[in-house]
Parts: sequence; C-alpha cells; structure tokens
Amino acid sequence: MSTTASALHSEHEHHPYGWRRWLFSTNHKDIGTLYLLFALTMFFLGGLSAMAIRAELLYPGLQMLDPDLYNNILTNHALIMIFGAVMPAGAGIANWMIPLMIGAPDMALPRLNNLSFWILPAAAMMLVLSFIVPFFPGGGTQVNTGWTLYPPLSVQVGMSMDFLIFAIHLLGISSVLASINIIVTILNMRAPGMTMFKMPIFCWAWFVTAFLLILVVPIIAGGVTMLLFDRHFGTSFFNAAGGGDPVLFQHLFWFFGHPEVYILILPAIGALAQVIPAFSRKPLFGYKSTVGSMLVIATLGMVVWAHHQYTIGMSLGTVSYFMIGTILISIPVGLIIFNFIATMWRGAMTFETPMLFATAMVLLFSFGGLTGVMLAVIPADVQYHDSMFVVAHFHYVLIPGAIYGLFAAVFYWLPKWTGHMYDEKLAKIFFWVNMISFNITFFPQHFLGLAGMPRRIIDYNVIFAEFNFLSSVAGLIYGFSHLLFLYIIIKAIRGGQQAKNKVWEGATGLEWELPSPPPFHSWETAPKIK
Amino acid sequence: MHSRMKRSYSLWLLPFLLVTALPAQAEYGLNFPPPATTIARDIYNVHMLTMGISTLLLIGVFGVVFFAIWKFRKSRGYEPDQNFHKTWFGTWSWIFVPAVVLGIDLTIASSAQKVLNKLWVVPEQEGMLDVKVTGHQWYWEFEFLDEEVRIESRAKTEEEAGELYLRDVDHRLVLPTGRPIRFMHTSADVNHAMWVPALGFKKDAIPGYITETWAEIDTEGVYRGQCAELCGTWHAKMPIVVEAVSPERFTEWVAEAKAAQAAADAEAAADIEWALPKLMEKGKGLYNTKCASCHQINGEGLAPAFPPLKDSAIATGPAAAHIDIVLNGKPGSAMPPWKGLLNDLEIAAIVTYERNSWGNDTGDAVQPRDVKAAR
Repeated sequence: MSTTASALHSEHEHHPYGWRRWLFSTNHKDIGTLYLLFALTMFFLGGLSAMAIRAELLYPGLQMLDPDLYNNILTNHALIMIFGAVMPAGAGIANWMIPLMIGAPDMALPRLNNLSFWILPAAAMMLVLSFIVPFFPGGGTQVNTGWTLYPPLSVQVGMSMDFLIFAIHLLGISSVLASINIIVTILNMRAPGMTMFKMPIFCWAWFVTAFLLILVVPIIAGGVTMLLFDRHFGTSFFNAAGGGDPVLFQHLFWFFGHPEVYILILPAIGALAQVIPAFSRKPLFGYKSTVGSMLVIATLGMVVWAHHQYTIGMSLGTVSYFMIGTILISIPVGLIIFNFIATMWRGAMTFETPMLFATAMVLLFSFGGLTGVMLAVIPADVQYHDSMFVVAHFHYVLIPGAIYGLFAAVFYWLPKWTGHMYDEKLAKIFFWVNMISFNITFFPQHFLGLAGMPRRIIDYNVIFAEFNFLSSVAGLIYGFSHLLFLYIIIKAIRGGQQAKNKVWEGATGLEWELPSPPPFHSWETAPKIK
Repeated sequence: MHSRMKRSYSLWLLPFLLVTALPAQAEYGLNFPPPATTIARDIYNVHMLTMGISTLLLIGVFGVVFFAIWKFRKSRGYEPDQNFHKTWFGTWSWIFVPAVVLGIDLTIASSAQKVLNKLWVVPEQEGMLDVKVTGHQWYWEFEFLDEEVRIESRAKTEEEAGELYLRDVDHRLVLPTGRPIRFMHTSADVNHAMWVPALGFKKDAIPGYITETWAEIDTEGVYRGQCAELCGTWHAKMPIVVEAVSPERFTEWVAEAKAAQAAADAEAAADIEWALPKLMEKGKGLYNTKCASCHQINGEGLAPAFPPLKDSAIATGPAAAHIDIVLNGKPGSAMPPWKGLLNDLEIAAIVTYERNSWGNDTGDAVQPRDVKAAR
C-alpha cells in the first residue's frame, strides 16, 4: 500500500521550479548537489592558485608574481581548498547520502540545511574579496601571512585581513549548523531496527566529524575575533607590548587547526569503508574497531595541537607530552589502515575507478601518515619544521587522505546521484594521470626540505632548482588533469547508460535499494532493518 | 638568468639520474647537510632511525597490498571469504595490531627522548658564549652580550652573491668551535625563525619572548641557513651564514669588530659640521642596505605596503618630522624604530640622502646633533 502511495506522491513532487527550487530548497539531495557544485567551483579556484604558485617556483628568480601577491595566493590556496573545497564536498556527500543510508526521508532540519548552505556563497565572496581588495585604490596591503594568520604579521596587513576574518566567521557558522543537522539526523532519523552499530561507517565517520566541528570551530572564531579587536579596537590579546601574547594565537589556531585535519580526513575514511568492501565483495573487516579508532582519533586529535609549534620555546615536559601524544595517534590510524587491507584480503576484488582511488588512498595515506610520525619526533622536527618536507607531508596526507577518498566517493555514488553511469575508461585515465603526476609533484619536495629549503618562499637558491622544476612540471600536469574530472562529471550528468538501483555488484546498504536517481523524497516509508 | 634556465632543462634526465647515480647525493641535496655539532649528529641519527622504520613499514604495507591485488581478484576466479572477519584473526586483531604499533612507537619515542633532553635544556656551564639573535623585517641582528659586539646580517644582492644568491650575507655570524654557545632569540617586529641545518636546531624569534637554544660546533666551516617562519614580503631574503672558526681566530675577530665599532662611534660623536656631499655619500650606502628593501633603490616604494619617498610629504616637508619617523618608526606598519639600531651620524646621513635624491631637492644637510636633539 505504502509503495503505491509513495509512487503516486513522487509523481507530484511539490517543489518550486527554476531558481526557486535551489534558493528555497529544503531537500537534502538538492542541497547536497549545491554543496558539491560549490565545492567543485572552489576546487578549481584553489587549483588555479596552486598552479600560480608552482609556475612561480618553476625557476629560481621572480617569474611573474611579486612577493606579497605570492603570499596572498598561498594563503588563499590553503583557505579555499580547506574551507571551500574539501569541507563543503564532504558536507555535500553527507547531505546526499546520510538520509539514503539510514532510511530517512530527508535531513532532520531541512530549513537549517538551506541556511547552512547559503551562508557559503557569501563566505566565498568575502574570501575572494580578501584576495582582490588590495588591487583597488586604498585597499591596503595583501594578506601575506599564510593560512595560519599568525600575529603580529597579521596585524600589519590591510583591510583584506578583515574580509578574511569575516569569511572565517561565516564559514564556521555554516559548518556548525551543518554539523548540528547531521548529528540530529543520525540520532533521530534512523530507520526502525538500525541501531548505531548497524549504521554504515560513512555515517559514523560524519557523526564523529560533526562533533569535532562543533567543538573546535568556535575556538578559531574566537581567535580571529580577538585578532580583529587587536587590529581595530586597541586590545592587546596578541601584543606582548600591551601585556598580551603572540603565541596565544598559535595555540588557539592549532587547537582548531589540528582537529581540522581529521575533519578533512574522517569523511574520506568513512567513504572508503563503503567502497573497499563493495569492490572486495565481502564485509568490512573490523567494523567496531574502525568506529572505535575514529573515536580515539577524534579524542587524541584534540589534545596534541602544539606539535605544530615545537619551535616556539615550550618547556621540556610540555613538548615531551605533545611528542608522545602525537606518536600514539599512529595506533588508531594504523588500525584503520590494517582493517582496510584485511577487508581486501581474501576478497574478490575488481578495480573500477572508486576502488582505484581507494587503493591509492590506502597506500599513499600510509606514506603521509609515516612522514607524520617522523614529524612528531621533536629532535628531527626541529629540522623538518617549516621546510618543504612539511609541505610534502601534508599534501601526501590531504590529497590521498581527503581528496582521493572524496574522488572514490564521487565515482562510487555518481551513478546513484545522476542516474547515469560515468565513462569508466576516461575515469581510469584520469586516475592514472592524476596519481602519477601527484607523486612526481610532491615526492621531490621531501628532498628539498631535508636539504634546507624553507616553505613559503617565493625565490630560492639554485641548489634547489632541479627538484622545484620537476615538481612544477608535474604539478601543472596534475592540475590540468582535473579538467578531465570535470568533463567526466558533466558527461555523466548529461547522459549515459542508465544506472541500475544497485550500481555495483558487491555494494551493500539501503541507498542501493532506491532507484537511480532516487525519488525526490527519499524514504517516505521507513525500511525495516533486521 | 639564461644559464640558470639551461641548468633546469637538464632536469628531464633526473629520474634516470636518481636511479643510476645515487652517489650524486651531495649535489642534489637528498638529505640533511653534514652536521657540525654533536647534537646535530644525534638528530641526524634519530632522523635516519625513524625514516628507516617508516620505510620498512611502508614496504610492508605496499608488499601486502600488492600481493592482495595480485592474488585476491575476481578475474582470477577467487571466491571471497565471507567469514574472514569472524576468524580468530578478525576477533583479536584489534588487540594485537595496536600492541605492535605501540611497540614501534615506543622504540621511536625512547630514542628520541634521549636526544630531546639534551637538545632542549641549555647546559649551565662556565664560559658559555651568549649570542642574542634578533629577527627584523628582513635581516638578522646578532649581539655578543659579554663581548659587546653587535652585527647586522643582510642578504647580498644577486650581483654580489652570484650562485650563492639568497644563501649569502654581507656580515657573517662568526662563532668559535669547541665552546658551548647559548642563542637567545627574539624579534623586533613579527615572528621569524633561525634555521641553520648543520647546527641542528631551529627556533622561533617571537616579539616579547626570548627563546633559548644551544650548540657546540666541533668542525670549522661555513654553514648556511635561512629564515624559516613566514615574516612578510621578503621572507625569502633572510639567509643566515655561520662561519665557525678556531677560538684564537674568534678572539681576533671580536677585537677587530670592537675596533671598527669604536671608530664608527667616535666619528658619529665628533662635533663637526658635515658637508652635504659627504653626508650624501654615506647616506647612499646606508640607504641602499638598510632602507631599499622596502622603499626601493629608486625611492618609489612598493605599493601599497611600502610608501614612496620620492616627492613624499615627509621627505620634502620639515626635517624634524622626517627625523622623528626614522627614529621612532610608524606603529601599525612595517616601519621600525631605528633609534636603537643606527647612530646619530647614520640617521643624519640617511635622512639627508632621502631629502636630496630622486628629484627631492630640499638642500638640507641634516647634522648628527639634530638627530641627537630629537632622540
């Protein structure tokens, strides 16, 4: 009975058409799509800035940028990629998939959902304004601080820093609202019989991520607000001459900044926990230990922030604690990697594009994790700190660890979202070009750092020329490979082979019981879970 | 420029070189430069240990994954083992995997802790050489506190430095071998960080803080490093060059530096009337080293951060206001107060030069006593 009723209902989807459908949307799939398109736009903007950085570093000497513009682009690259691309992409997939996966008709708080998305374009505008304002008369100096915004340098900057501060406020509000929605949805909207420990790991990953966001985003909001007051209202929170402390900002920043790394990575790990079992054709190895590991990562991740600041002159006891704590994070991370490999073990694997990206993530994220252990070791870190070694490390963590996880998720669920199969052949070409050029871009940067090249410099001595040239050439190939990604997505949206309900042979989960694309209101009648 | 580009084209051969010519390590800088202190050697060993363990683990992970990819694939007709996670291995792996990882972690941490204890605590010892390091936008200032010698160290221009551009300075930091040295780092403006890889430390220079590190150099030589903390526009142009010499040579160097300093002070204190051409000549040299990185050689500045001096209200208006801004700086901007860094004659010369160059033609010959009165 319910089936016919919902079928009838779906034919008369009560939603506005045209631009109203998107601006006033309270539908989790439409908002998810908006999030994903926004993330894709910002991904290309952030990518463009990375291309400018690598082009400038192609040869020694100043090529085309002046130092402040270089630093401005550098700052914007980080902020756009983190806040504009990876976080909204994760939120977009969460919006699309969580209701489908837990058997809910929509997110618990649909209007809040609309608000949390539509704050983003405003925030992005503020962010872009912070970049372009210095080019107008009276616009002040450029943001030349890097994304860490350390005072006193950030107090010297002109009004573009204020745009940046407000952009961070807006981005933070958007993230907190989205997180509240995700937590409420997961706690209240699960189908009857779906206990927390029957829930797909992707939902668990986002559940943990949402708590992390709510806990740490207010800290950065507070930190940049204090910075704003120092800049304009005569306070001295971060000014030693007025009784303040410039290092306090670093603590506030990294108390947010370190958990932020897990905020970027956990959703990708959650997606992998769906993709790897599907293409290994057997259940996830160690469901509970994966969930437990994510909880341990979130908890430990909150209390090790100062390993980003080993060189500020903390006491021996303090740095020893932060070293041990940081090294211990390898335990839950190692267990998750182990579980993924054990899932592949004795499976019957096939390597469609999602599985290719998932395998690359397992291997290359392990690599980034291990250089992370090296960086945690203080005596060695006083050499690596603020060198190109760090740049190589965190790109090995964030590109395979976050972006490859998102790519795996996008290719895994794209047929569900669009109703069409993507072009598998092109997607495989994209994977290989992307993965190989990524490695040639970032692997040599480890050597540059060890040999003594600091990060964030616009010009370098000729002893660093060879590896920088290699890194830039591969980096430009890596950057342009994403145009292929864009083409594959557009092609899949416009048409292609009709996707079945259950797109992948080995896939399990509620989302594969609905048609592709799913009806406007996902689960009008809750499915029963045994 | 052309020769540099040519050098880079040979890069296409790099992958080949990496495989066939690993002895060429030194040339391509694949690892830390050779350490020059005991602690840097210990650090190098910790680095090699963690890197070794990481490499072994990575080989293990790659090996297992590639074996699985080769063996457990559908195309080979492999049937998935649906109960693998329910075997004893699946039941207990959550205990023994963390136990193994913990063992590895403790191995790394325990060897690191020993070096850390040594590195972190500056030894309380007689005869230590105290060097105060002050970071400035964008040069380094080194003070030998007991010897009362102060030097400023700025990057050489591309023409002067040649192949060493961005790794060479006008005044090197001369240090003795075989004597423990305490470095005290602070900053006059924004955060900087002194990093000389061969000495084995990096420490932030933070305004309002004094952070400590130490080193005992055991090999004579020239060791190069750079500022490691983003400090604004010319962050790339803050090299550090340490010249480690024998204790005898160091004593000589201190004496020479003190004599030069005393001569400069005497010249500034002499109560004579300085003629315009003399001040201009002195001012040009000082301006080009100390002021031109921001205000530029041609006096046109770099908009919007660094205002032009050419035709500016300050440099063409009353001299008193001009002297005041050079002495006391401009709060809230990158313009520092120069009163602690330059003597009366130097400030007089710079102000004179700025008031009579690039078309500015006040004709003022600012005298050291004017500066002294304004202090």
